[in-house]
Amino acid sequence: MRVEGKGLINRGHPVSFTFDGMRYEGYEGDTLASALLANDVRLVARSFKYHRPRGILTAGSEEPNALVTVGRGARQEPNVRATVQEIYHGLEARSQNRWPNLTWDALQVNDLAAPFFGAGFYYKTFMWPKAFWEKVYEPAIRRAAGLGALSGENNADSYEKAYAFCDLLVIGAGPTGLMAALVAGRAGADVILADEDASLGGRLLAETHEVDGMPGAEWVREVLEELGEMPNVRLMPRTTVTGAHDGGTFGALERVAHHTIGRAGTPLECFWRIVAKRSILAAGALERPVAFRNNDRPGIMTAGAVRAYLNRWGVSPGKMVTVFTNNDSGHRTARDLLDAGVHVAALIDSRHDAPDCAGVRVLKGAQVCDSGGRLGLESITIRSVSGEDKLQTDCLAMSGGWNPTVHMTCHMGGRPVWNQDLEAFVPAEGAIPGMRAAGACNGVFSTAGCLRAGAEAAAEALDALGVAGGAVELPAAEDDPYRIAPLWAVPGKGRAWLDFQNDVTVKDVKQAAVENFRSVEHMKRYTTQGMATDQGKNSNVAALAILADVTGRAIPETGTTTFRPPYVPVSIAAMGAGSQGKGFAPQRFTTSHKASVERGAPMIEAGLWYRPSYFPVSGETTWRQSCDREVNMVRESVGVCDVSTLGKIDIQGKDAAEFLDFVYTNTFSTLKVGRCRYGLMLREDGFVMDDGTTARLSETHYVMTTTTAAAGEVMRHLEFVHQGLRPDLDVNFISVTEQWAQFAVAGPKSRELLDELLDEPLSEGDWPFMACGAVEVAGVKGRLFRISFSGEHAYELAVPARYGDSLFRLLMARAEEKGGGPYGMEALNVLRIEKGFITHAEIHGRTTAFDVGLEKMVSGKKDCIGKTMSERPGLFGDDREQLVGLKPVGPVKQLAAGAHLFNEKEEAVRVNDQGYVTSVAFSPTLGHMLGMGFLKNGRARHGETIRMVDHLRGLETYCEVIDPVAFDPEGGRVRG
Amino acid sequence: MRITCPICGERDRREFYYKSAAVALERPDPEAGDGVWNDYLHLRENPAGVTRELWYHETGCSAWLVVTRNTVSHEILDAVLASEARA
Amino acid sequence: MVELVAKSAGDGLLPVTIGKLSLTEEVPTALTSLMPFKGGAAALEAALGAGLPGPGESGAAAGGRVLWFGQNQYMLVGGAAEGLGDAAAVTDQSDAWVVVRLEGEGCEDVLARLVPLDLRPQVFAEGRTARTELMHMMSSVTRVGPQAFMIMVFRSMAATLVHDLKTAMQGVTARR
Ligand SMILES: [Zn+2]
Repeated sequence: MRVEGKGLINRGHPVSFTFDGMRYEGYEGDTLASALLANDVRLVARSFKYHRPRGILTAGSEEPNALVTVGRGARQEPNVRATVQEIYHGLEARSQNRWPNLTWDALQVNDLAAPFFGAGFYYKTFMWPKAFWEKVYEPAIRRAAGLGALSGENNADSYEKAYAFCDLLVIGAGPTGLMAALVAGRAGADVILADEDASLGGRLLAETHEVDGMPGAEWVREVLEELGEMPNVRLMPRTTVTGAHDGGTFGALERVAHHTIGRAGTPLECFWRIVAKRSILAAGALERPVAFRNNDRPGIMTAGAVRAYLNRWGVSPGKMVTVFTNNDSGHRTARDLLDAGVHVAALIDSRHDAPDCAGVRVLKGAQVCDSGGRLGLESITIRSVSGEDKLQTDCLAMSGGWNPTVHMTCHMGGRPVWNQDLEAFVPAEGAIPGMRAAGACNGVFSTAGCLRAGAEAAAEALDALGVAGGAVELPAAEDDPYRIAPLWAVPGKGRAWLDFQNDVTVKDVKQAAVENFRSVEHMKRYTTQGMATDQGKNSNVAALAILADVTGRAIPETGTTTFRPPYVPVSIAAMGAGSQGKGFAPQRFTTSHKASVERGAPMIEAGLWYRPSYFPVSGETTWRQSCDREVNMVRESVGVCDVSTLGKIDIQGKDAAEFLDFVYTNTFSTLKVGRCRYGLMLREDGFVMDDGTTARLSETHYVMTTTTAAAGEVMRHLEFVHQGLRPDLDVNFISVTEQWAQFAVAGPKSRELLDELLDEPLSEGDWPFMACGAVEVAGVKGRLFRISFSGEHAYELAVPARYGDSLFRLLMARAEEKGGGPYGMEALNVLRIEKGFITHAEIHGRTTAFDVGLEKMVSGKKDCIGKTMSERPGLFGDDREQLVGLKPVGPVKQLAAGAHLFNEKEEAVRVNDQGYVTSVAFSPTLGHMLGMGFLKNGRARHGETIRMVDHLRGLETYCEVIDPVAFDPEGGRVRG
Repeated sequence: MRITCPICGERDRREFYYKSAAVALERPDPEAGDGVWNDYLHLRENPAGVTRELWYHETGCSAWLVVTRNTVSHEILDAVLASEARA
Repeated sequence: MVELVAKSAGDGLLPVTIGKLSLTEEVPTALTSLMPFKGGAAALEAALGAGLPGPGESGAAAGGRVLWFGQNQYMLVGGAAEGLGDAAAVTDQSDAWVVVRLEGEGCEDVLARLVPLDLRPQVFAEGRTARTELMHMMSSVTRVGPQAFMIMVFRSMAATLVHDLKTAMQGVTARR
């Protein structure tokens, strides 16, 4: 219920929303949790395993119970913490993990069967029969135990990622963080102040403390105003710093639009990578529940959360509230409620020496040992020296003490340290380089202490940054001591909950210890304690304390759990922002792309490039028809193909020739100016890396061609060889792949076509096979290479890329006049298979120069990369699988890449494997399928019949082993 | 992770490409023998502690670097140009 | 007679204006890569009539702007590439890159969504340049004004660059 005169919500701005279809009203500034409590909605969820009714436990991102689904359709967002979700007009929220509804959930029978469902239940029960796990057990368990569900539709929201840099990152904007940001900001340092809350201020918004003689929230407003005016300070509300990583880098999740109905172009979330020279962790502390029988009933919440709902949101979670505490902070809840006019039934303090509290009965040395009520709290049972008593109450505010939020300090392997006075872990110093933990997260729990700690941490950071800071006067604030007597679990029968979300009880932890899972890491995995979305924020320390108790060890001896990033759940969509769909990788388009698409060519991806598969003409209904026509066209007249995607590297310098001799197996220093040569490149381990032609433009100037796929790899390799192995060589190189649009013009009529286009016709005799030189097309300076990947008389013509589109259209038109036209990747592949030319299907990383029949290209006269290792035993000889051609000879005419080769009479099993097929195509030129592959001692076996078996496709074909060059083996056409 | 490129300064690790241990710089003589070549190509230390590695500032200045790094703390201790790292 | 028609790298993609941010294509008269040979830096400087910029710097030279472009590499944007002598590997890159100008309030925020670079004015002032990664693309980023950047990626990736910049511009504008 709302409490008049309390809260920081905007009462002039009502907001309506729905929960499970019911319409409710809240106010601007409300979270879904505060608005539901204001409407007296206590039951909001069902627990994970037992489907127990659950309510709101906390007021922050640590909430384990109140997980809801927000939105619908593609925008449906499951497992949203109601304590974090701000309400907006039209917000639709639904409870989850219940059927048919929240108040009557069929699977609450799980709770009755609980004696069977304890720790290790799954491990013990669903072991047998093994085959049942996937088919029966897992689907059933998944349906019964679960969180919210995704819509199954594509994510319709957009996400962002971004980088930020600063001198000082302040994590958390409570009194510590605000004071730190103020001190550092005033000194002129570049500060980022990030806080997961929509409103900065931390506990100052949730308490009634005065700071500097004014209400805490008022002081916050003034500080924020000052910080907001500083150009060197960036305030990042709704931003949870999720992880501390190497090199001063932090991950942070900004919830950009979760508090709105959504606006076009606005990302839902932004995942930040913040690089900070120094950081201050001012993450505060989280309150611990106390374990007692039935402590999970809706209406039982942490005492600090009750204060937060009262003071910040003007809501009392109950009409008759009881407080149960083991430390002084619980008394504040009673005082604040009383001051606001809320009835407080009793204050139960487990300490015998507890202080008094004006206006309320304090039961000292007493404990709450049970609770009652159907779908929400109606009564509690109090045990004291005088026995057990029942008390009517609809809200229990419990405090088991506070845990400093040490999580971030553990992200790089640091282990927190047990502090006996606080009965809590505090950060180990220096656990994150450049980070200082300050305030409550460092075990300082008074407001004055936090303000002081913030100022000191900032001063220390400024010192390290070399920024001069002036003296800052600390505002006056409460400096109350924090007194606590440990109380982890109230003894007694029944189930007392530790991990609310994963339904782990005190008994489960004890059971784990009995079964000898004494290590905290084992206990955690056995019971699943701490493995829910809250990652044990509410339960880790208590579970550890109970494990310590039953194993007869002290807490620090028992260990700590390991906190890993992220601090809160982060959607994969946010971390992978920008990578949805085609955003995963850049798209590279050739200059002929548009013209190819206009021709109806289906584009296929080749690395990042898009290349045309084939160019259909009217009447063609299958790709094979187009492909066959294109192949014939090249063999009979002239074809045009964009080959710009092949890597081109410009190599210049007086040592360019020597450098090429070192990276290629063959010799390039002997290449004449104006000529090209095919080159083979090895990795240092002797295997083939890449191949291509390299042209010599002048004594000191070469242009190397790489395959499309390996262009980047070759560039990296060349840089490594130069910088790492031969920095003495005076040579420079640069990629010119993108500078030139280059087109293959292939076929018997290629020369005729070029002569029409070039400003000067090609003079007879000057352009033999493998010649290269400068040409002009319509006054544009280009380069011409007489090289061929089709086995035909062919050229590659290059012009600056700006003319690529124009030249391609021109070439197509002229080729068509001659009965030719454009050809795509399919035809290109057929043409090269007919000629036995290798691609990365053959030089796939496990083949040597010997294997592909090019061992003669490894010059014996010089050293080169890979030469020594290519000569080692095992990389050559009869045992190697060698490149062969394959031609079907039996009744089955089909070949398949990936199929394996076996001797005719041998069984097609692994031990009899003779090799495999790498490339296949139907050759319209030869009228049958052709294959390329690797066969043991294959070069000596031409003419043999071999059996090709494709176990996947169920295909078996008898083939003749032939020379890889199936068409025009003499090479007359290419020279013609 | 951040690497301080001797040319570009401190940069995000996503600009860099990792190759191998810096041993790759010590290419043996072609005639050094199988054992030496085998060591050079295949045998690597896997220290829990300080290690020297080759990184390429691929989307930055294109310099190959020898980065000295602690595999336990992830601390980057040094980064020098590979062209100058060889004795 | 045949005729070849030139198309710029960003043809059909630009300009784009979103909120206070504009993205336009720049078409420099030439882009020329300069990579001095050993001992050739001084001769190159003489030919350029200007000193070569240090890492991350740019300056005026040969009637254009010369950018530091990587280890032992400079990019002359505009200007006269002729007569630079043989002290350096001189390579025409005029068609190899798409060059765009991002301008307007919030342009730093736009780039912060795409490059892992510290772009704060005190670190990356006018005239500073960097080679960096832009959404997996090799890129060059130069601050050419208090609220303006020149961005270059390989020509073939022009569409991806414009798409990524537009998305970031929308994200930044939508938050205002
Ligand atoms: Zn660099």
